[in-house]
Amino acid sequence: MLAYIIRRVAQSILVLLVVGLVAFSMFRFVGDPVDNMLGQERTQADIERLRETLGLDQPFPVQYWRFLEQAAQGNFGLSYRQGREVGDILLERLPATLELAFVSGIFAMVAGIGLGVFTAIRRRGVAANAIMTLSLVGVSLPTFLIGILLIYLFSVELGWLPSFGRGAVTSVGGWWTTGFLTESGLKALILPAITLGLYQMTLIMRLVRTEMLEVLRQDYIRFARARGLRERAINFHHALKNTLVPVITITGLQLGSIIAFAIITETVFQWPGVGLLFINAIQFVDIPVMAAYLMLISVMFVGINLIVDLLYFAIDPRLRVDRTSGKTT
Amino acid sequence: MSDTPLSPVREARAMRRLKRAWDSDFAYSFRRAPVAVISFLVVLTLVLAAVFAPLIAPHDPFDPATLNLMNGFTPPGEANAFTGEFFLMGTDDQGRDVFSTILFGMRISLFVGFAAVLLAMVIGVTLGLVAAYIGGWTETIIMRIADVQLTFPAILVAMLIFGIAKGITPPEYRDQMAIWVLILAIGLSDWVQFARVVRGATLVEKNKEYVQAARMIGRSGPGIMLRHILPNVLNPVLVIATISLALAIIAEATLSFLGVGAPPTKPSLGTLIRIGQEFMFSGEWWILFFPAVTLLALALSINLLGDWLRDALNPRLR
Repeated sequence: MLAYIIRRVAQSILVLLVVGLVAFSMFRFVGDPVDNMLGQERTQADIERLRETLGLDQPFPVQYWRFLEQAAQGNFGLSYRQGREVGDILLERLPATLELAFVSGIFAMVAGIGLGVFTAIRRRGVAANAIMTLSLVGVSLPTFLIGILLIYLFSVELGWLPSFGRGAVTSVGGWWTTGFLTESGLKALILPAITLGLYQMTLIMRLVRTEMLEVLRQDYIRFARARGLRERAINFHHALKNTLVPVITITGLQLGSIIAFAIITETVFQWPGVGLLFINAIQFVDIPVMAAYLMLISVMFVGINLIVDLLYFAIDPRLRVDRTSGKTT
Repeated sequence: MSDTPLSPVREARAMRRLKRAWDSDFAYSFRRAPVAVISFLVVLTLVLAAVFAPLIAPHDPFDPATLNLMNGFTPPGEANAFTGEFFLMGTDDQGRDVFSTILFGMRISLFVGFAAVLLAMVIGVTLGLVAAYIGGWTETIIMRIADVQLTFPAILVAMLIFGIAKGITPPEYRDQMAIWVLILAIGLSDWVQFARVVRGATLVEKNKEYVQAARMIGRSGPGIMLRHILPNVLNPVLVIATISLALAIIAEATLSFLGVGAPPTKPSLGTLIRIGQEFMFSGEWWILFFPAVTLLALALSINLLGDWLRDALNPRLR
């Protein structure tokens, strides 16, 4: 088991190194950063000075080493467009994205599990069938259209919720900003969180439903019924518990795509997070921001995948059999 | 498609072939699935409308000479208050006919979608075949790359490739190149599915007798892969291609909507939705509504068609 963990960690580091190389190559070979930063009126001296400040006059391996060194410390140099430290900009934007991802993750979990159980228990009911059909349409809808639809309904037509921005935010501890503490902040969270979480919600719902239908057929559920337990106790204590293992792992893996799809949601709602920053960076070919975002999101993805893989061991004892010595089928 | 009439013999042969196609299991299961028939008709209509856009479109939305600013914001189905002109789906702020822009936008969406899937298919099928047939280090490297790429959602990979490609092209060519960059970005982000499926199928096929026979008579590796194995692993590729097409069209729309895709001078459906969104708050709903519905109809019917195709081509479900 230890060998497996070591191999997984080594794999993760390798992935990060590959991504780092991609990020660095972008830095080095895409466009001319000096061109991007200086305006029309520039002198040769300006160009030379900037090249030196950015370290572009050094040889390739030196630059790569410097990049890795700096990246490990969260230092990605200056944004071509804003002329500020990329690390600072990212840090300032990160709370917005993490809060959005957190809320939509919770929404996807709670609504997904709830609706999944409901549609499994009332399998033949009208409401359950309607929900299942709707979920099919929901999966086919592109995220940005869902966002626009919600804005149209709740902002333009009904005027209940804001259509863009984060509302009023409170600063916590000097570096974290939160929208949880003000009314406008909470209101602003609702639509983006639903938009972002909807796809994951339908995924979890369908998974829970399938697993529940499977479990409800098992003998021990029939025995529980025979013992005269109440339906509620059977459904939630006996059945749901046994469906949660795959749900947890899938949700864990989906966390990564929530962060990626936040790019779309943040653009629709002009949410001031890292995703919107990334899109703007692409539009203006702001390479340091793109590279830093890539590294940030890779660390998150690889970390999540690693944790989920290791969680399998904790949850499912069957996997703990040593792969090299014993063959289990 | 020649104008000369077919000779009676060839005509009879063509008729027989048609009859056989009509009687096949495949055609039968198609006729028995109303959802598939309807989706197919929708896709066919939209594709034809896109292909013949210059003939169908009542206006040329990209010719400034035919635009009249007085026609701006004409609601759908009403005559314009100043010019008295009529527009089926209304006009946008510059007096462009929404119906015509949709037809031309769909052209770009479909072109990017088809080309991107084709690119992904060629790369994926080639790498999958090579990986499985040659094995060893080649296989390890190819499949490792696939694994790493699969860690990241396709749309993120596409955005990144778009950003890099945009950085490499000089600014004055960016608008012109945007369509090709989009195809490259979406195609490169989507090959993994093809490679994995083809590799799996090839691993099964390559040990069968017909492959050994081909090797025995001295056919070359590429010849065996292309002429013998490829036709036998093509079914799942078709299914993935259909579903990929819907995904590619949505991906293109998403990128264009985010402003990192088709430029406003050559708008795709996604660009049109991006433009239309600005007018949602002021009540000109049609500029947004019609492109969105078109995109939805296109993606949904291709998806449904793909679903049916997967079941129809799966021998285990018969």
